Amino acid sequence: MSTTNSIGIVRAQRAQFDTPLTFRSGAVLPRYELVYETYGKLNADKSNAILICHALSGHHHLAGHYADEPKNIGWWDNMVGPGKPIDTDKFFVIGLNNLGGCHGSTGPSSIAPETGKPYGASFPMITVEDWVESQARLADRLGVKQFAAVIGGSLGGMQALQWSLAYPERVRHVLAIASAPRLTAQNIAFNDVARNAILTDPDFHGGDFYQHNVVPTRGLRLARMLGHITYLSDDAMADKFGRELRTGQLNYGYDVEFQIESYLRYQGDKFAGMFDANTYLLMTKALDYFDPAHDFGGDMNKAFARSKSDYLVISFTTDWRFSPQRSREIVQTLLHNRRNVSYAEITSTHGHDSFLMEHPHYFDVMRAYLDNVASEVSR
Amino acid sequence: MSKGMNMNQYLVSSAAERPDFAAIAEWIPKGASVLDLGCGDGSLLRYLKETRRVRGYGVEINDVDIVMCIANGVNVIQNDLESGLSDFEDNSFDFVILSQTLQATRHTEALVNEMLRVGREGIVSFPNFGYWKNRLNVLRGHMPVSKELPYQWYDTPNVHLCTLHDFEMFCDRHRVTVLERRVMTGAFEMKLLPNLLGSTAVYRFQRGI
Repeated sequence: MSTTNSIGIVRAQRAQFDTPLTFRSGAVLPRYELVYETYGKLNADKSNAILICHALSGHHHLAGHYADEPKNIGWWDNMVGPGKPIDTDKFFVIGLNNLGGCHGSTGPSSIAPETGKPYGASFPMITVEDWVESQARLADRLGVKQFAAVIGGSLGGMQALQWSLAYPERVRHVLAIASAPRLTAQNIAFNDVARNAILTDPDFHGGDFYQHNVVPTRGLRLARMLGHITYLSDDAMADKFGRELRTGQLNYGYDVEFQIESYLRYQGDKFAGMFDANTYLLMTKALDYFDPAHDFGGDMNKAFARSKSDYLVISFTTDWRFSPQRSREIVQTLLHNRRNVSYAEITSTHGHDSFLMEHPHYFDVMRAYLDNVASEVSR
Repeated sequence: MSKGMNMNQYLVSSAAERPDFAAIAEWIPKGASVLDLGCGDGSLLRYLKETRRVRGYGVEINDVDIVMCIANGVNVIQNDLESGLSDFEDNSFDFVILSQTLQATRHTEALVNEMLRVGREGIVSFPNFGYWKNRLNVLRGHMPVSKELPYQWYDTPNVHLCTLHDFEMFCDRHRVTVLERRVMTGAFEMKLLPNLLGSTAVYRFQRGI
């Protein structure tokens, strides 16, 4: 069903912004570029736009493939496309690479025009609020005054929530999937260990490793290995790997013996080869900083008082990094504020990664909700 | 969920089969806030939304029903009623409804208490076990199986069946004041010998003083 009907050939676009952006930290970025992709057609009254916000390692390439890279399929191709839950026959869907990213938008690995060198450590610390601000400018550029929906999983869900707080009039529906209103101490702790792996790598050079022609591969690799463990459930790991040995026997050494070790090292290597260490640091800090209640004396109910959107909140039973309990905190806040909200708790064995996988109940919920959103907007 | 399903048709048929819907709707003023526990496919909430403009939420545990509720355009929270209503604040609803679900709850006392913590008033509807046809079945030596009680003894979710008298005694003992009662058989209201002639009971109640 959803594995077919891909949208086919797509291409990335760039938007240049020359108005300085002031970050929540006070830092100012004089100009920046965002790389994005769009799918489907914006209708005449521009009411059918959906923004998809990506998670830690995501980017603008949601669906389809590039003409010259047939195997480079978008990360949410099972969800976004013609006839899929986020139906590109009905909606104009926008995916972008966040500011600070490493897939084409201005980030630490981009060349700073002022110095002719990569930003590196000088790239400002970014927050979810700053991302939403930069995304709003992209929406302006594309002529979208109000989104039919802003959708995101995990860190992307936080951006979707923030959209409804920063621009209550510009978001009709928020779909926050496997997300949280703010991180717990345990979650921040995981991020800090991951960051420390990178920060203490001798090849990190305080963030300016580009000039030294090295990459803090060891740190990135460890960060990803740790992250990966937390994205899977105990059960999923047991099912997939158990105590299976790579060579069928114990070798009494520190090389890879168990299949899980082999898998994690492979994932770590793959990631370290393509992802920017500074972007990883920025993204995890953005996760840690996000707390809509911060400016309201810690009161989440007050923070959401300004929202005017409707919400769909989805969690997955075996997700312990962004557990169902955290999604229910979002729901409770929305109930307190009398927002329209539905909440689905999907029984899935795949932990946090569930939000990226095709699951019948999850997809039925998404489809049912978005079918109603589609019926609110003209064709 | 089948994609081409006509929701309106579905709703009408389901409302017609559930005469307690109309009785419940009569008690609910326009614009009230309503929490429907065990809301199933959301057809009662949708009915109340369309006829009474209520601000409503449902609570349901079943996956398929969650999708149906969303398709019906009603708010639904997926949760197990038996674990309480901790997502909901005190006095946050005008009405908390438990429609054809009371008899299937395990922690019935705790749930009725929760209903009156969260809501100003509670409404329950349930099949009357004292209905003469049920009594006749038992007299003949069998557990009743009927339109209101469609299950066999071995597969029924109904663990706490009661009669009108039983429920009223329960209210008495739990400081619950019954405000109104409708007893029906099909679409007809039964005023005479309700505990014998009525197949379905609907009660509106509040915390007793």
